[in-house]
Amino acid sequence: MSPDEVVTRLRSGMTIGIGGWGSRRKPMALVRALLRSDVTDLTVVSYGGPDVGMLAAAGRIRRLIAAFVTLDSIPLEPHFRAAREQGTFELTEVDEAMFMWGLHAAANRLPFLPVRAGIGSDVMRVNPDLRTVTSPYEDGETFVAMPALRLDAALVHVNRADRAGNGQYLGPDPYFDDLFCEAADAAYVSCERIVDPADGFGKDVVPQSLLVKRHAVTGVVEAPNGAHFTSCAPDHDRDEAFQKLYATTPWPDFAARFLPRDGDEEQYWSAVQAWHEEQK
Amino acid sequence: MTTSAAVVSRAEYCVIACAEAWRDNGEVLASPMGLIPSVGARLAKRTFSPELMLTDGEAMLVGLDGSPEGWLPYRQHLAMVTGGDRHVMMGASQLDRFGNQNISCIGDWSRPDRQLLGVRGAPVNTVNNPVSYWVPKHSRRVFVEKVDMISGVGYDSAAAAGPSATRYHRLPRVVTNLAVLDFATPDHSMRLASVHPGVTVEEVREATGFALALPDGGEVPFTREPTAAELRLIREVIDPKGTREREVRPV
Repeated sequence: MSPDEVVTRLRSGMTIGIGGWGSRRKPMALVRALLRSDVTDLTVVSYGGPDVGMLAAAGRIRRLIAAFVTLDSIPLEPHFRAAREQGTFELTEVDEAMFMWGLHAAANRLPFLPVRAGIGSDVMRVNPDLRTVTSPYEDGETFVAMPALRLDAALVHVNRADRAGNGQYLGPDPYFDDLFCEAADAAYVSCERIVDPADGFGKDVVPQSLLVKRHAVTGVVEAPNGAHFTSCAPDHDRDEAFQKLYATTPWPDFAARFLPRDGDEEQYWSAVQAWHEEQK
Repeated sequence: MTTSAAVVSRAEYCVIACAEAWRDNGEVLASPMGLIPSVGARLAKRTFSPELMLTDGEAMLVGLDGSPEGWLPYRQHLAMVTGGDRHVMMGASQLDRFGNQNISCIGDWSRPDRQLLGVRGAPVNTVNNPVSYWVPKHSRRVFVEKVDMISGVGYDSAAAAGPSATRYHRLPRVVTNLAVLDFATPDHSMRLASVHPGVTVEEVREATGFALALPDGGEVPFTREPTAAELRLIREVIDPKGTREREVRPV
């Protein structure tokens, strides 16, 4: 599939989970395709980075479910900040572990999972729908009942994948990408490179690097540099210079140059390279 | 080299004060956020707390030389948080009298004046494993009467939330560029435990937006002196480039 084909399967109003973490291994090619489409009114579920910032800046988010939004080397995501300060979307702000257990619950077809997190904090105040549950055993403890974060679609980016939907990560951290896929009705995996069917992942494959399983994947997209400008170790580091440009450029200007509606990944990549040339 | 207060920098007292947070912690993960806590954690591991575990800030557990000794991706990190085998020293945009911490936003949450990071893992950390705080600029902007969004849970909020919140809740200390604070009072309100040499009690009170408790007897001790060996480790081994002096300026 191409990034744009993936987006034809997405509809306005959907709940979309986006893999990666902060400004690391984000499925940016898929996010860029989303930005070129008319899909809007989304509930976005993300350990947020520039995916959230861009979709927020473009006015595509109705509700965000997140524990944070950051660009890592730039701690505060400027477009997310602006959108929050202007009140342009609703926020479900939960803790990192609550978020993880919400995905686990969805992946296990449970309505919720109990978690010792959130109690005592203002996460409970700003999410009045959150309920607690009392242990039925002797301890009798009370926990937050973190509701399942069931997704209409998940978007993740990995280093390698085969056409069947098995995905391999080669970096240090799986993040929660397999969980996003398992928590979703449809999951789309973009990758730096699709492996040759004859070779598969190769004879010297490290089996625990095979993160995403094909039964949980709907479509595979070959998208070299598909995480740009976030990191995709070991294929490429974060493009810090370009990230800085993104963070300091008014969104309409950035979008006009790098994400025109009639563009595609190829156009994006040549615009990025042209910009880098100008900096030399 | 002597170890008199005249030659020890403020940043070095801060390092010592941070390192002390991990004394007698045993085999737990020290998660320092910020440069000086990071130097402090490594000093503690090199001296009085050799069993501490450190990370590279990404997915690896590392030894003192930075070489990997284990794998700790985010999801296992979160399990370690809930397992309690961790003592994190977090930052704080706001911190109140009972140790409630805010890193989420400034102003009304529904329409913040300034959006910050979000609550991150502060809620899960504070009710599961010991959490200390590092504040490089002690001021009334940080030390407020009431935080705008409770991210890290303070003693009063944990007590109000009940036994599941208090069971593993512990805030050992707050280290700032001026002082060490703790919650060793009957009602767990913040107490001025020590001032760094060169700082007066009045200075700390002036920079704090609520009334601080004082140690029994009212005498506030000075933060302890580093030993000659500790100073050598800080200056020659752990932070030879002196990055600590940029996080807390010399006075």
